[in-house]
Amino acid sequence: MQDLANADCIVIQGSNMAEAHPVGFQWVVEAKKRGAKVIHVDPRFTRTSALAHSYVPVRAGADIAFLGGVINYILSNEKDFREYVLAYTNASMIVSDRFQDTEDLDGLFSGFNPETNTYDGASWMYSGCEDSGRSHTQAHADRETAAGLEYESHGASVPGDLPQDPTLQNPRCVYQILKRHYARYTPEVVERVCGVPQEQFLEVCEAWTANSGRERTTALVYSVGWTQHSVGVQYIRTGAIVQLLLGNMGRPGGGVMALRGHASIQGSTDIPTLFNLLPGYLPMPHYTHHPTFAKWVDGMRNPGQKGFWSNAESYAASFLKAYFGDAATAENDWGYGWMPRLTGDHGTYQQVLDMIDGKIKGYFLLGQNPAVGSAHGRAQRLGMANLDWLVVRDLYMIESATFWKNGPEIATGEITTEQCKTEVFFMPAASHAEKEGTFTQTQRMLQWREKAVDPPGDARSELWFFYHLGRRIRERLAGSTLPRDRGVQALTWDYPVIGERGDEPDAEAVLKEINGYDLTSGQLLSTFGQMKPDGSTSGGCWIYTGVFADGVNQAARRKPGREQNYVAGEWGWAWPANRRILYNRASADPEGNPWSERKRYVWWDAQKDEWAGEDVPDFEKKKPPSYRPPEGAVGVAAISGDDAFIMQADGKGWLFAPIGLIDGPMPTHYEPAESPMRNPLYGQQANPTRKVYNRPDNPTNPSPPEQHSEVFPYVFSTSRLTEHHTAGGMSRQLAYLSELQPEMFVEVSPELAAERGLEHLGWAHIITARAAIEAKVLVTERLVPLRIEGRRVHQLWMPYHWGGEGLVTGDSANDLFGIVLDPNVLIQESKVGTCDIQPGRRPTGPDLLRYVQGYLDRAGLGPDHHPPIVTARDTDDGE
Amino acid sequence: MIVGVRTWIEGWPVYRQLTGTDPLGRGAAAQSPKSRALTARTETADRVAKSVCPYCAVGCGQRIFVKDEKIVQIEGDPDSPVSRGRLCPKGSASLSLVTSDRRQQKVLYRRPYATDWEELDLETAMDMITDRVLAAREATWQDTDADGRVLNRTLGISSLGGATLDNEENYLIKKLFTAIGAIQIENQARI
Repeated sequence: MQDLANADCIVIQGSNMAEAHPVGFQWVVEAKKRGAKVIHVDPRFTRTSALAHSYVPVRAGADIAFLGGVINYILSNEKDFREYVLAYTNASMIVSDRFQDTEDLDGLFSGFNPETNTYDGASWMYSGCEDSGRSHTQAHADRETAAGLEYESHGASVPGDLPQDPTLQNPRCVYQILKRHYARYTPEVVERVCGVPQEQFLEVCEAWTANSGRERTTALVYSVGWTQHSVGVQYIRTGAIVQLLLGNMGRPGGGVMALRGHASIQGSTDIPTLFNLLPGYLPMPHYTHHPTFAKWVDGMRNPGQKGFWSNAESYAASFLKAYFGDAATAENDWGYGWMPRLTGDHGTYQQVLDMIDGKIKGYFLLGQNPAVGSAHGRAQRLGMANLDWLVVRDLYMIESATFWKNGPEIATGEITTEQCKTEVFFMPAASHAEKEGTFTQTQRMLQWREKAVDPPGDARSELWFFYHLGRRIRERLAGSTLPRDRGVQALTWDYPVIGERGDEPDAEAVLKEINGYDLTSGQLLSTFGQMKPDGSTSGGCWIYTGVFADGVNQAARRKPGREQNYVAGEWGWAWPANRRILYNRASADPEGNPWSERKRYVWWDAQKDEWAGEDVPDFEKKKPPSYRPPEGAVGVAAISGDDAFIMQADGKGWLFAPIGLIDGPMPTHYEPAESPMRNPLYGQQANPTRKVYNRPDNPTNPSPPEQHSEVFPYVFSTSRLTEHHTAGGMSRQLAYLSELQPEMFVEVSPELAAERGLEHLGWAHIITARAAIEAKVLVTERLVPLRIEGRRVHQLWMPYHWGGEGLVTGDSANDLFGIVLDPNVLIQESKVGTCDIQPGRRPTGPDLLRYVQGYLDRAGLGPDHHPPIVTARDTDDGE
Repeated sequence: MIVGVRTWIEGWPVYRQLTGTDPLGRGAAAQSPKSRALTARTETADRVAKSVCPYCAVGCGQRIFVKDEKIVQIEGDPDSPVSRGRLCPKGSASLSLVTSDRRQQKVLYRRPYATDWEELDLETAMDMITDRVLAAREATWQDTDADGRVLNRTLGISSLGGATLDNEENYLIKKLFTAIGAIQIENQARI
């Protein structure tokens, strides 16, 4: 975070950092004081914009067009950092001659299969290895299982030894393909698509490129303003391409800073409570792809590939040893057979729809409030009302625990308390101050928290709850002879208990299990490099190995920042191996010297024959820059001394992703699933691979080329206020915060207020195909109508924190959204949608349902109506 | 007596203002005995726990001050290289988050079709939840699919949460659910 202060320019897009991450924003202010230029690109002027040198209003949902324009500016003016691009990216790789671009196929890439709406990726592959591409059957399964998430710690696999053209002249090399792909994203097109005047756009391009290169670096900052889209992963890819072309990755004051939204949301991805992942981004076994341990491991690595991921078998075997202990043996493939298997999409939104359909019996909510915080609140609540039982663990009484008596559906008559069968357990939870353990903050840094006091009353930690639930389950099943119970019987679950009550599991013992042991000596491991595939090591999450290096809880280190260099490597511990900037080998040139004195970070120390620097070098410490792998080398040995991206299968930063993404090897501008605009660039309107759930209870507002988009003429977005947190369970219950931000509101421009007759501080209601909600009106000039394709487009904005419980209550903005997901990671599009807004309060009771039905009727949305997926004019031959 | 008069005169704020280092009477000169006797809660605390803010992902350092086994103050940790002692409005309100009397401290139970909550003993609730997990698992267990491929799972149980939970907690949650074959385990990171 503090490395932002080293930037010469900071571009903040898809984030209101000053208000959503205020304390982190001090480093932007620090950079500004040192002379950095700060740019904020966002649909709404916020306090982030107020502190930036330039504020660029942009249409919500058009960021790829904007950043694609930046890529075009870089390539057509040859502003790329050529030595960096040649050495560290895949710019010179040759792509299959079967590849066809969206520019040839009206918005589709080659390989599209309209039956599954996925791609056969063979033609996206590097030349000569088309067979390693992903088939559309595989792509379909990967979409269902959000396989893109597996690449958080490493790239997708490709074979070694690939054809290249270091002159970058070959028309099929990545550099030339990229150049052609973005050639149409000119300043004029950016203006037409995003509503950004050309001179303002060019000012951003000039600042970004002028502040990148050998001597200077630019940092890019985003938040969920980028992730919650049907093309969310491609938004971030576009940012990464810009940063790779300009040589900003792995360097001080550079990089892509993802500002995550919760105390340990990074941790809950690393050690996931996610359906498709196991700790350390190992995939959950899939019933056809991973029938055996060997297939599971081979699914993670491509035999013969470069990089640390080639040791996947060691990580996988050590993981199973951590779960099953002595019961995991070479003979039983470390207990792999006890693992459950995925068959498709088991994500939270699929689950909610299954709840509505009566397929799910019980539901645990652990500090989570989907009745307010998830898209399509009504579906969430109707799903919960159709369970056998629900366990809610929270600090305060939240909406997800009271839907059966206080939810909006009680008023409309859709839920009747006396007829609602769901049995509800409310279990009070311990707060962060009442338990010890680690959070992983947004830059992969684990910080150990000491316990201050015991939790009050019946409040308990999740550690307590799950340890004792597991203990009970294991006692009940101890005598079972059923094969299904063998895994839980074999589970290592003997954690020491401590504390005043004598029943709190020792969090440090759990963290040690996560770190892993050498089972022969009983010593804690210090690096994942020590893990073995032969069952002699354990480790619950290989990327966290080292958090207990030398037997010390490294996450508990608290050497004051002022007593160290700014990297502060002795405060907490960051994965992997305590590296604070990932891929920092790229901060030195191919020969191992810093690109410039000004941007020194990590370098080869020729005297000592090792890598040295401000940070832990993200490279094998003793491998010199001159190292070249011997013929036939694989894995770590195949990484050259100048392959900076060591977790990538080819050691390179990917400008073009030949595999790994469902929706294309390069980001392309698609309109959001709901848009008032026809896509100005392609016949293909929206992401053709987006995950949709076509059901009568999940309607989508019409967008061009469909008729009736004028029924929902405005674009809306939602985000956070400084004074509230997500669904409000930790803020609308507190007096100070409630007093500071007491009411749900909708922010509109004076022009929109005039068009719809909205009065400042009066009431308005907002309508989509899912719901109508009401809010107080805030008329400000912070939102400006944009001129898009010659017409005026209004955008409005709402905070999403309100619900029916707490000191301050109000309607929930997330009720307005339907369920449409990004195909790579299955995250919903909840940063942009279309709506109508009308003055006055919404109808109440059953009238509300009739009111929304009136909109559905006018929009032509019958129960069987679903938006078309493929709207490109030609899907076959590109003519 | 003389000494008493002198003390009495010296007790006047105006005397202290004219003779002391605070001629404008805005500081020490105007201090009453009561305010002089005040001490910060941070000074009289019995101990300090080093912690981390539970709201956004910046990970600001917190110092939690405890007296008589009660949390009396939460402040930013100036040692933190990330936050340098600062907290935002939410982080500053985290004392209320943990000490508010609105916090639920009892297990509550809503029977099917009931119109209100009732209280339940914690151990009883744990036993009841154990029963329900095992029953849901039993009723929805899948050994294999129709073609005999191993599934080894239940689709009868769901879970959502985790982004403000500790790594150690998420680890145990995933471990237990995976071992009993419950795969529909999700958290805020999907949202």
